Amino acid sequence: MSAETKEREPLFSAKNMKLVTKPLNMDNPITVQVLGICSALAVTAKLKPAIVMSISVMVVLAASNVVVSLLRNGIPQRIRIIVQLVVIATMVILVDQVLKAFVYDISKQLSVFVGLIITNCILMGRLEAFAMGNKPWPAFLDGIGNALGYGLILVIIAFFRELLGSGTLFDFRVIPQSFYDLGYKNNGLMILPPMALITVGVIIWIQRNRNRDLIEK
Amino acid sequence: MKALRKFIDKQKPHFQKGGKFHWLESTFDGLETFLYVPNTVTTKGAHIRDSIDMKRTMIVVVLATLPALFFGMWNVGYQHFLSLGETAGFWQNMGFGALKVVPIIIVSYAVGLGIEFYFAQIKGHEINEGYLVTGMLIPLIVPPDIPLWILAIAVAFAVIFGKEVFGGTGMNVVNPALVARAFLFFAYPGDMSGGKVWIAEKADTFSGATPLGDALVGNFKHLPSVSDMFMGYIPGSVGETSTLMILIGAAILLFTGIASWRVMVSVFAGGFVMGLLFNWWGANDYMELPAYYHLVMGGFAFGAVFMATDPVTSAQTQRGKYIYGFLVGMIAVLIRVFNPAYPEGMMLAILLMNVFAPLIDHYVIEANIKKRLKRLKVVVNS
Repeated sequence: MSAETKEREPLFSAKNMKLVTKPLNMDNPITVQVLGICSALAVTAKLKPAIVMSISVMVVLAASNVVVSLLRNGIPQRIRIIVQLVVIATMVILVDQVLKAFVYDISKQLSVFVGLIITNCILMGRLEAFAMGNKPWPAFLDGIGNALGYGLILVIIAFFRELLGSGTLFDFRVIPQSFYDLGYKNNGLMILPPMALITVGVIIWIQRNRNRDLIEK
Repeated sequence: MKALRKFIDKQKPHFQKGGKFHWLESTFDGLETFLYVPNTVTTKGAHIRDSIDMKRTMIVVVLATLPALFFGMWNVGYQHFLSLGETAGFWQNMGFGALKVVPIIIVSYAVGLGIEFYFAQIKGHEINEGYLVTGMLIPLIVPPDIPLWILAIAVAFAVIFGKEVFGGTGMNVVNPALVARAFLFFAYPGDMSGGKVWIAEKADTFSGATPLGDALVGNFKHLPSVSDMFMGYIPGSVGETSTLMILIGAAILLFTGIASWRVMVSVFAGGFVMGLLFNWWGANDYMELPAYYHLVMGGFAFGAVFMATDPVTSAQTQRGKYIYGFLVGMIAVLIRVFNPAYPEGMMLAILLMNVFAPLIDHYVIEANIKKRLKRLKVVVNS
């Protein structure tokens, strides 16, 4: 245990903070790693469910990252996926119950997608790639960072989809009635999932135009 | 004409490298080659030589759409005055129709070409020719009363997401004109359901539906006669109503050898066979509709002649073209009869088969390779 005698790293060292900031842009789970696309398509028709979904994913991801990181030395290699799934499932059930208790309407809108957080690739990906090999605190930060990156994209998509598709933001009408009187109409395609995919595509397009290193050779 | 040539040659240095407008090089090149056939020829690779270049090919297609366009204009006026219960002369009908249709054409070309020029300029490419045709086809497949701003959005969507993201003309997977229509169809279903009143001005006194709309709700007594549908005296999108005018366009395309007769014939055959199958099944009224009705109703003929034959998005191999066209026709009729949400199936059928065309080609080529390998083995063994 020679590692213990080393000087402890400060909690918010530059390296640790990078775990949070990197997934926001250069290592974004949706636009760069292309994980968790299905939920990004399914829950982004309105802003409110998108935000609730992001928070749920953040709680689940951070908590299961910490738990798996604590258990990492005791998990036998051959059954590690099962153990990870049990941890995630436990967290998802907790989050689901909390949502049902406090924001029942949104929980109904999200329907199966809260349960489907279990199968969200971001969770399995982060647990496998990061939590299994790192200490709890960096794992926690990694979870928060990735969930933030996921949530960021979700909110951007949902913003455009709700604004153009329903003319509302957080269910408040933002496009004035006079526009509709002039002949403006909501774009029905924005409500449908294909448009979410195209919006993701546009975000990826813009992002790669700004960061040239992301373009594959 | 000489003066124009001289003028272009004089302006040319300004637009080439070092000139003051060199950032507009692509635009200039596009306009020059539009007016005059360039004297450069392809040097690399195996090519079939032909005396006309892409821009001239595209112009022929545009010419072929003109009969349908002019008839469409007249029909818009005719339907309008019919719905008001008045009779009007030829020029009155034509004038009213032109007032409705010409702005649609202008918006379609202005938005689409604007985006094309912009993309070509920032990429430093030559300007793609494809939009010349797309810009003409879009006005023909939209209802005449479409709000122009909605059309502008659809055109922009089609050019950017239907074509430019794949790499421009010749690289697109699906037909951009149909992408524009599909966008309208799903984004603004109220204006584009395919079965509603498609008459220039919604008159309260006349509740007309397109024949397809009537058929879908089981209103078969309302259906116009076959000759009316063939001639095109029915409500519908601008260019799709008159099968006769579309066939004139088809004749031009086939005579000049630009469109593939294999695709056209097999689309009609596919639709007809599917119609016969439904007749034989005959589970409801719609299925008992005579098979040839399907060929003259709605956008079937227009899709078969101008959309399915698109050389970029249809199948490339000869046998592939038969399969592709036949399936387009079958699926179009299938969607019409079976899907209560979509009165018209032609657009969706062509888009679907566009996606499958490369796969059809792949298997046709594989089969050919296998056949020839077998022949080779026979020769070697003997």
